[in-house]
Amino acid sequence: MASTVPDLKVAPPPRELEREPLVANNRSIGWISDRVAGIVEGKTPMWWWMAFIPSALGAAVLGAMLLYQISVGVGVWGNQHPVMWGWDIINFVWWIGIGHAGTLISAILCLLRQRWRTAVNRAAEAMTIFAVMCAGIYPALHVGRVWFDWWLFPIPTANAIWPQFRSPLMWDVFAVSTYFTVSALFWYVGLVPDLAVMRDRARTKIRKFAYGLFALGWTGSNRHWSNYEKAYLILAGLSTPLVLSVHSIVSLDFAVSQVPGWHTTIFPPYFVAGAIFSGFGMVLTLLVPLRQMLKLEDIITMRHIDLMCKVTLATGSIVAYAYGMEFFIAWYSGSEYERFAFINRAIGPYAWGYWAMIICNTIVPQIFWFKRFRNNLAIVFIASILVNIGMWFERFVIIVISLHRDYLPSSWGYFIPTPVDILTYLGTFGMFFTLFLLFLRFLPMIAISEVKAVTPQADPHHPAGGAKGGHH
Amino acid sequence: MAQTQTPYALLAEFDTPADVMHAAEVIHGKGFTRWDVYTPFPIHGMDAAMGLGNSKVGWFAFVGGVAGYGLGMLMIWWMNAIDYPLIVGGKPMFSPFGAFPPAYELTILFGAFGAILGMMFLNRLPRWYSPLFKSARFAKVTHDKFFIVVESTDPKYSEAEIRRLLELAGSKHIELVEE
Repeated sequence: MASTVPDLKVAPPPRELEREPLVANNRSIGWISDRVAGIVEGKTPMWWWMAFIPSALGAAVLGAMLLYQISVGVGVWGNQHPVMWGWDIINFVWWIGIGHAGTLISAILCLLRQRWRTAVNRAAEAMTIFAVMCAGIYPALHVGRVWFDWWLFPIPTANAIWPQFRSPLMWDVFAVSTYFTVSALFWYVGLVPDLAVMRDRARTKIRKFAYGLFALGWTGSNRHWSNYEKAYLILAGLSTPLVLSVHSIVSLDFAVSQVPGWHTTIFPPYFVAGAIFSGFGMVLTLLVPLRQMLKLEDIITMRHIDLMCKVTLATGSIVAYAYGMEFFIAWYSGSEYERFAFINRAIGPYAWGYWAMIICNTIVPQIFWFKRFRNNLAIVFIASILVNIGMWFERFVIIVISLHRDYLPSSWGYFIPTPVDILTYLGTFGMFFTLFLLFLRFLPMIAISEVKAVTPQADPHHPAGGAKGGHH
Repeated sequence: MAQTQTPYALLAEFDTPADVMHAAEVIHGKGFTRWDVYTPFPIHGMDAAMGLGNSKVGWFAFVGGVAGYGLGMLMIWWMNAIDYPLIVGGKPMFSPFGAFPPAYELTILFGAFGAILGMMFLNRLPRWYSPLFKSARFAKVTHDKFFIVVESTDPKYSEAEIRRLLELAGSKHIELVEE
């Protein structure tokens, strides 16, 4: 089979409407299957093992740290009075924020008909699911007695006690568990037609059975597609308010309390923008090297990278605005505790954390105003990592700096993480990358059917799709 | 082993979305009812060409969402105000505002399950067997080929007539699939 389709003459659109195609080099729809499925079907590349072995070791470190924490107690972490929320909650918010870009790409950009999303949504949704899994570990362990975690759910028990729904922490349980479930469902529904692709290409019995089982007997019937597309659209419509609500509720964990620096109404939109900002940072960190290693430059084109940089710039600017507004309101409120909390962030003992946050989150993304930087993959990659570091410091600033000095100077303190904190955090990277690498190895990392559908060859009214001109 | 094979359907292969769409318009125009189009991706406009109405998945999602919200609110009211009332921070035992966030999440959770289970129910999935899987060429349906299938149970089914229509519409390969 030819790997390209003939380049047909099409009347060009007006200059101002011209756009780079979503799939470069006129690739045929068959080529898309061959390329994406080929990643899974080919031999395991060396770099995969080189990435997988340290990741799996990291995941083992995580297991050991959690086991140690469960057997000894929360005291193995650096959390102590007055900073009772330390790295555990920082990392919870950080990981769950990263997840938000996947849902933004899969849901919000679907509703906005941003067709470029098809090239990146599968990998970004996988990132979401694995990031939420990493996030979920922290609050589950932070409660101290992990074997009582099921008390968080409204399960009838002999205790005859029910959860207390007036607490934002309880709302969080519902928000995060719904988020994980719906993201996983959305991801799986998107996978079904592609699992059928894998099934129909499978050469071995085991592959045919395994992919076939999860493909549910998908045939590509248009009567099925009709219901499928409606379900997909509804899931996008449901996930959009979901993703906005999840980080809003996470922010209410803070905003509903009385701590200076936490008790602000700007938190929900500020947290959501920050979450999407950090998530796009992570999507770029993952996809910039992957598109090269997996030779997907024709599907994840420079235009995709360019657009993702623009989203990073937009959300980063919202975050910068929120930092400024937060500082202004602290002064404008007239509350001396509020004013102190913010001045203490900028010039107090943790000023290094505050300025790391300001540089990484407000200054670094501003380079994306320039096309020269958006088109330079090395710079995009470095900036994306700096964004992730900056967003980690944002949560550090909010949690640790606000808590270490509040109303009573007699109970001020200084938080220092323990090696267990650090190893647990590094361990979650091991778990995240282990899962992500397994995903790359066994599932199509690009939404094959969706990418096919946005090519001109898929359009029955386009000459490349066989239109004879003037028929319709 | 003597087995009588009954024809299941006539399977016609097409190369482009425009061809299969044109053929679908022809088949729909002739008033066939038990037939379908099989494509590697959803083709924009095919529902209209086949004369399909709006999908009913939305109703399942709606019922799921309403059930989630209602159950969430009822559950929180009953648990916190009736079965185990507990004074916390002077807040009311039940307030729709405090109960809203979890009920909202349950709306989305049940709505999503409604959409997916509704889609699976309407599509009769999972169903791992289809006579079409016997055709070697049909495996290309997930790759880059387009198919029209007219089932033998269609009241207007006539092999010769359908062959003629589909060949006229530009199909390069037509085969009979057995049950």
